[in-house]
Amino acid sequence: MTSSLRLRAGLVSIVLLAAFLGIWHLATRSTAPVATMSPEYAKLMGLTATQGKSAMPGPIDVGAKLWEHLKRPFYDNGPNDKGLGIQLGYSIARVGTGYLLAVLVAIPLGFLIGMSPLLSKALDPFIQVLKPISPLAWMPLALYTIKDSSISAIFVIFICSIWPMLLNTVFGVASVRKEWINVARTLEVGTIRRAFTVILPAAAPTILTGMRISIGIAWLVIVAAEMLVGGTGIGYFVWNEWNNLSITNVIIAILLIGVVGMLLDQILARFTRMVTFPE
Amino acid sequence: MSIFDNPFDPDRNLRAGCACGQHQSAAEHEQATALRCEPAESEEKRYEGVVASAVMRAMFPQDAARRAFLKSVGASTALAALSQFFPIKTATEVFAQTGAPEKKDLKVGFIPITCATPIIMAAPLGFYAKHGLNVEVVKTAGWAVIRDKTINKEYDAAHMLAPMPLAISLGLGANAIPFTVPAIENINGQGIVLATKHKDKRDPKDWKGMKFAIPFDYSMHNYLLRYYLAEHGLDPDTDVQLRSVPPPEMVANLRADNIDGFLAPDNICQRAIYDGVGFMHLLSKEIWDGHPCCSFAASKEFITTAPNSFAALTRAIVDATAYASKAENRKQIAEAIAPANYINAPVTVLEQVLTGTYADGLGGVKTDAKRVDFDPFPWQSFAVWMLTQMKRWGQIKGDVDYKAVAEQVYLATDTRKLMTEMGLSPPASAYKSFAVMGKTFDPAKPEDYVASFKIRKAS
Repeated sequence: MTSSLRLRAGLVSIVLLAAFLGIWHLATRSTAPVATMSPEYAKLMGLTATQGKSAMPGPIDVGAKLWEHLKRPFYDNGPNDKGLGIQLGYSIARVGTGYLLAVLVAIPLGFLIGMSPLLSKALDPFIQVLKPISPLAWMPLALYTIKDSSISAIFVIFICSIWPMLLNTVFGVASVRKEWINVARTLEVGTIRRAFTVILPAAAPTILTGMRISIGIAWLVIVAAEMLVGGTGIGYFVWNEWNNLSITNVIIAILLIGVVGMLLDQILARFTRMVTFPE
Repeated sequence: MSIFDNPFDPDRNLRAGCACGQHQSAAEHEQATALRCEPAESEEKRYEGVVASAVMRAMFPQDAARRAFLKSVGASTALAALSQFFPIKTATEVFAQTGAPEKKDLKVGFIPITCATPIIMAAPLGFYAKHGLNVEVVKTAGWAVIRDKTINKEYDAAHMLAPMPLAISLGLGANAIPFTVPAIENINGQGIVLATKHKDKRDPKDWKGMKFAIPFDYSMHNYLLRYYLAEHGLDPDTDVQLRSVPPPEMVANLRADNIDGFLAPDNICQRAIYDGVGFMHLLSKEIWDGHPCCSFAASKEFITTAPNSFAALTRAIVDATAYASKAENRKQIAEAIAPANYINAPVTVLEQVLTGTYADGLGGVKTDAKRVDFDPFPWQSFAVWMLTQMKRWGQIKGDVDYKAVAEQVYLATDTRKLMTEMGLSPPASAYKSFAVMGKTFDPAKPEDYVASFKIRKAS
């Protein structure tokens, strides 16, 4: 039953993909030459102008270019032109650093706040205000005060990915079932032991859900941040190719950003499953 | 033989051995010394010998030919003749005065447009290396970012719009930090591009209500477009909308019909034509022939902490600019700067911009060899003009000492010295008068100039 459902779902996915590619291909076909022009003039013009080639690349263009990139992902032609593998590596390293810093701050802090109802009420308004701020809004402030663009990028990831983790940790810690804590108290378990053996395992699924939301946000933020600070990373790649109005490369980057984002999410989903317990 | 020996000695072998101590007798040595037109006594003379040696060797790769030449015409005639082709004195000065750069590995930021040609091409064509520097040219996302990264010292020097160092030094749109312009990069090379649907609206008087994009508030583009509109009776602040848009977004916005046109740096203008979304209404050259556009800028701090690096960098830029100003080199330059590591644009587009033979977007091919040109001299009168426009459009409030600011930021004196050392001929004065759309600008009377415009922001 389940295996046949999976099979059918897979089939539908493939049909949808094929339909999407087909429509895309048809929509971006070249039309006939738009206007007659002298050959001398035509030589100076792009294909869009001379052959009515759509400004939007078709799936075949994208596929060919993607293959070209995948064949040599680690080339290095100087500071402004590196292979996609290197660019993704830079981005993942930045996200990793910013995210780990956020984990190191958010979880202990969330734990403390969650264990004190007073603090969690008092800090709530600040967290709520800081949470929805866009990464791009932080960027000028970071550049101006930190005075270093690569640290600024990491800071922006840190500041944007910290809030969901903090909130979820606070919520998870605060909503551990009172019975369990009372039982621990009756058994005269010390505060620290109580925190690690009762509260932490009980709150872990909520905390990891927060971490999963955060990694998604961190990956969203990196593209925007790198577009601004430039130099390296997949965000810079998007910007650089946009500069050349190369939509083909931009689509490839979008695809890769999606795939990497999904992988990061899957890794945390696996961790979440590991700590989930049946009640 | 050491390179410090007399290259005008026909009996000396330039390839190997040493002239002094090589002579068979004292008489022969005496005779040889007498033949020397420049005895190598002082350090400077020695340098001159080195340079002359190099020149002689380059001119006469065969030692036998050099000796024959010197024997037949005599050493002093040879030197005189040679000096006409090659400024040995100047070359010697350069050689002598080049101190070792304090910092060899430098980072220079640039925006991927053809204005940055000298800064960019100096890397692939080896101008930085020639002056003993290892420069990494880093592509940057926008003018505000390049400003911040230069202020933060992530870049040692950068490509900036010509008015930006003035604005930064004055603290407009940033904290006031003393910045300097040792060299202008390009003159001309911009254009007004309109969407193809406006091809019958060539008279600016019909442009009321249109939306135009400019790359940055503190840019020649902004001032030139405002000037052009105002000369045609439109108030740029009320009759049209001017938007600051990063250059790559301009073409996309023009295609999406969000803007009606733009005054933008080149390769963007030509790119819009290449992609069939716009046409060239006017080259910026037709507004003001010889206007500056982008500059090579560094903070005052960099100059004081690393004067030799700065001088070497400026030499490399001046050198590259001189190379770029020659029409015959333009094709090679277009190919060198087109790859993704540099401008990242189709070679055809860059070639059209640099060679000046271009498609105008209306089906015609036009030729204007001076569409873009390169001239490094930072005229202080340029700076004064920009300041008058900042004042005219309300960017500068209150009084400004035009001359003092211009002279602080635009380093005409230093650049003149460097150019002279390099054997180029810089102008004697740092001020020149020029005409913008037929109206003459007198750099000595900036206040009167500002007051003479009917359309300006009331201050």
